Amino acid sequence: MNRRDFIQIAGLSTGAFMLPGFANGRTVSPEALLEPGLDVAVKKRLADAALNAAKSKGATYADVRIGRYLNQFVITREDKVQNIVNTESYGVGIRVIANGCWGFAAVADAKSDVQIAKAAEDAVAIAKANSKLMKQPVELAPQKGFGEVSWKAPIKKNAFEVPVKEKVELLLGVNDAAMKNGANYVNSILFMVNEQKYFASTDGSYIDQDIHRMWPNFTVTAIDPASGKFQTRNALSSPMGMGYDYLQVNPKDKVTGVTTRYNMGYDMLEDITAGAQQAKMKLSAKSVEAGKYDLILDPSHLWLTIHESVGHPLELDRVLGYEANFAGTSFATLDKWQSKNFKYGSDKVTLIADKTQVGSLGAVGWDDEGVNTKKWDLVKDGVLVNYQAIRDQAKIIGEKESHGCCYADSWSSVQFQRMANVSLASGKTPLSVEDMIKDVKKGIYIIGDGSFSIDQQRYNFQFGGQLFYEIKDGKIVGMLKDVAYQSNTQEFWNSCVQVCDDRDYRLGGSFFDGKGQPSQSSAVSHGSSTARFAGVNVINTARKI
Amino acid sequence: MSVILTEAEAKALLQKVLKYSKADECEINISGEKKGNIRYARNEVSTSGAQTTQNLIVQSSFGKKVGVATTNEFSDEAFEKVVRQSEELAQLAPENPEYVGVLTPQQYKKSSGFFDSTANITPDFRADAVAKSLELSRVQNLAAAGFWEDTHGYSAMLNSKKLFAYYPSTDVNFSLTVRTPDGTGSGYVAKGYSDVSKLDIESATRIAIQKSTGSVGAKALEPGKYTVILEATAAAVLLENIFFNMDARSADEGRSFLSKQGGKTKLGEKIVDERVNIYSDPAHPELPSAPWAGDGQPMEKVNWIEKGVVKNMAYSRYWAQKKGVKAVPFPNNMIVAGGTATLEEMIASTKQGILVTKLWYIREVDPQTLLLTGLTRDGTFYIENGKIKHPVKNFRFNESPVIMLNNLETLGKPERVVSTESNQNYMMPPMKIREFTFSSLSDAV
Repeated sequence: MNRRDFIQIAGLSTGAFMLPGFANGRTVSPEALLEPGLDVAVKKRLADAALNAAKSKGATYADVRIGRYLNQFVITREDKVQNIVNTESYGVGIRVIANGCWGFAAVADAKSDVQIAKAAEDAVAIAKANSKLMKQPVELAPQKGFGEVSWKAPIKKNAFEVPVKEKVELLLGVNDAAMKNGANYVNSILFMVNEQKYFASTDGSYIDQDIHRMWPNFTVTAIDPASGKFQTRNALSSPMGMGYDYLQVNPKDKVTGVTTRYNMGYDMLEDITAGAQQAKMKLSAKSVEAGKYDLILDPSHLWLTIHESVGHPLELDRVLGYEANFAGTSFATLDKWQSKNFKYGSDKVTLIADKTQVGSLGAVGWDDEGVNTKKWDLVKDGVLVNYQAIRDQAKIIGEKESHGCCYADSWSSVQFQRMANVSLASGKTPLSVEDMIKDVKKGIYIIGDGSFSIDQQRYNFQFGGQLFYEIKDGKIVGMLKDVAYQSNTQEFWNSCVQVCDDRDYRLGGSFFDGKGQPSQSSAVSHGSSTARFAGVNVINTARKI
Repeated sequence: MSVILTEAEAKALLQKVLKYSKADECEINISGEKKGNIRYARNEVSTSGAQTTQNLIVQSSFGKKVGVATTNEFSDEAFEKVVRQSEELAQLAPENPEYVGVLTPQQYKKSSGFFDSTANITPDFRADAVAKSLELSRVQNLAAAGFWEDTHGYSAMLNSKKLFAYYPSTDVNFSLTVRTPDGTGSGYVAKGYSDVSKLDIESATRIAIQKSTGSVGAKALEPGKYTVILEATAAAVLLENIFFNMDARSADEGRSFLSKQGGKTKLGEKIVDERVNIYSDPAHPELPSAPWAGDGQPMEKVNWIEKGVVKNMAYSRYWAQKKGVKAVPFPNNMIVAGGTATLEEMIASTKQGILVTKLWYIREVDPQTLLLTGLTRDGTFYIENGKIKHPVKNFRFNESPVIMLNNLETLGKPERVVSTESNQNYMMPPMKIREFTFSSLSDAV
């Protein structure tokens, strides 16, 4: 996950220089976010101009992405609006294979056939130049064309239709609730994203897609002036592949318990009220005693552990060494997969990649190389069975088709393999969180994501959280602080002894999964029900400076 | 018109845009940049590209009502539109009590961060440099993955009180990971310069190769407290967490490592060893940076930590006004002063210790103490009686740079480094630290 982007946005005061992908965009009025982009017939004409130009210059394959990327950020602290930013970025990216080698070129604000054909010719020239350094020509898994098709995220309310004033009132209202409930400071934010993407390729596909994402988030800070100590609590919301409907409060989306958590609808006011009180409680919580504990991990926490210890190591490009200089390689090498008996986890552990899941960040109809999306197993009953691969990698793992998980974060970026939603399958037998806790002698129940770090081959990791509750003899006995757990991926997933049933299933996720050089961001969800891991090493993170 | 404007061209363009303004105050920032890159892995070029960007940002204000709009389209029509848009946003915005108005013209230090050698890099130059590096790995049957990115560009600003500033700059960053074919050895190097003629890609490549082959056959040591020698690249990713957290407002608000009980801050207090001196200076010859901040404030030489004492925190103009002190902008560079010892001398003077090439995936565990976690990577070695004895398996650490700089043994000779976390360049010495906390082992190579 690309933390820096998030910090830069969250810390934003004036000016909008640091928004991701912003260098290729411009600010617009909120109304402009609702204007339709180019008509689909115009996009088809432009796409054909690119494909024809590429073919006439000798490309054996070409694809074109005509993208319009819209963002809105509303950022507040306490009783102040810090910033409201609306951005639009439009352009065209063309990727070709010529002489067996990839070439790519992109052009901003292109609305004429001539501009786009020129970019396509540039892409072919780059491919031909690069082919001199190539050892093995690119081989794409076959992909049928789909003709003229479209996909639209099944949102109920486009966030851009909601007046900015209403969003500001929501945030200032939740900030007020935080301050009234004991917070010393509060920062809150709404991120809203709409990607309008048109894809066409020489395989005969013309795919028009409309994707929406939404993320309400906050941090409350509580300070004890006497000791000079401070504690924070972040929102238990999740970024979602939804519209403003994520903020429609519905009792059925609430999971009650030691604190309320949320499914497909988020009650920001309720969460910040609890958050402010909990930040204060954390100040006087007991500092954890280091040792082995059974961990009960809520989906609002477990998503990040899945992301780092399953999602990334099972990306085939990492396994093959393409990310060695930055994100790293993977412990889940091809020989382990080929053995067909590599125990990634216990038999309770089935991990599924899915680009179709409704409401998830990764859901699309087709990926950024025109492959229809799907769902497949990565780990089945504990055994490693597959990776995430795209068209030019499928052959390496004996697949006849791509998994459909190719993505570029902008029209100006080259698409490459990105993580699908990777989720833990729910337990098959009925089990509630309460029943799971009843059975735990010495444990910690962790809710919300915190600090995270993992090595470059994804063995050794350390995670924090937002809320920690001590479990003794089957009961929650109080709040803990200074908690982080360390484990090794294979050991950890093999220590999974129970997973709650699907009544508890929820999505977590990230807007800012970073990968590649230059780095690209991708949004991805990870679902699970609460799961129990036996005897995990917990450290105490308190220090004195 | 070129995307990279000269000072005269930038001034003329900014004056033209400012003429559209009808606001009480207006400030315009403009920038243009060209980047070229080559990425390779498995000894083959995987992607290469070029990116040109330009951006114009207009901030308009009516009283304390402020609006900001930006555009990447450079035409008279777009300029007028972006000015009007910023004014409309300002009219709609609530009053911003923290708006302190635009500055009058300022004097700036001289800083030369633009080098023709870097600005004139061609795709062929880039490819030839990378080919040299690749060849060195290939002949030894090692797998190289690397990234080269060069940038040249400028930024400029003009406001309605006639403050004008201009700064052109160039940069090249090169990083390389070399792995043995069986995956049991891995070495890393990263270099960053303003002037590409200082980049010796072959000697950099040899460092990564030597670390790679030298790290084969790593032995496991028990986690615990060790004397470590952090190479400058490893030290940078820890110390930059101090740099990022020098904000006075957060300290005054009680939510920073610089806060203390009773609502006070650690300004004026000794927090680390007295040999630690950290400063910023836009005119540093090895690490030149823009002598002005985005709002036109001059960048002076600022001592942040002097003889271990917190000398300055960063004050925004608003916070400085509120506190009745001088505003101190966040710096554009950071320099950690050092000594004269070379890395070799530091190793030679170590009875028992661990040499760390690189630290990876650094995350803050506790903002109160700046406790960080992360792992060693791409070359970790055991030192005994002044010599590198053997490679060791990688560790996870949990350590605060503040605690670490209290356990300082030696500071070496500073060099320019690239942060592998933030991509920022710093001047940083290698450092020997006692009782550095490694908390677990990692199987990763």
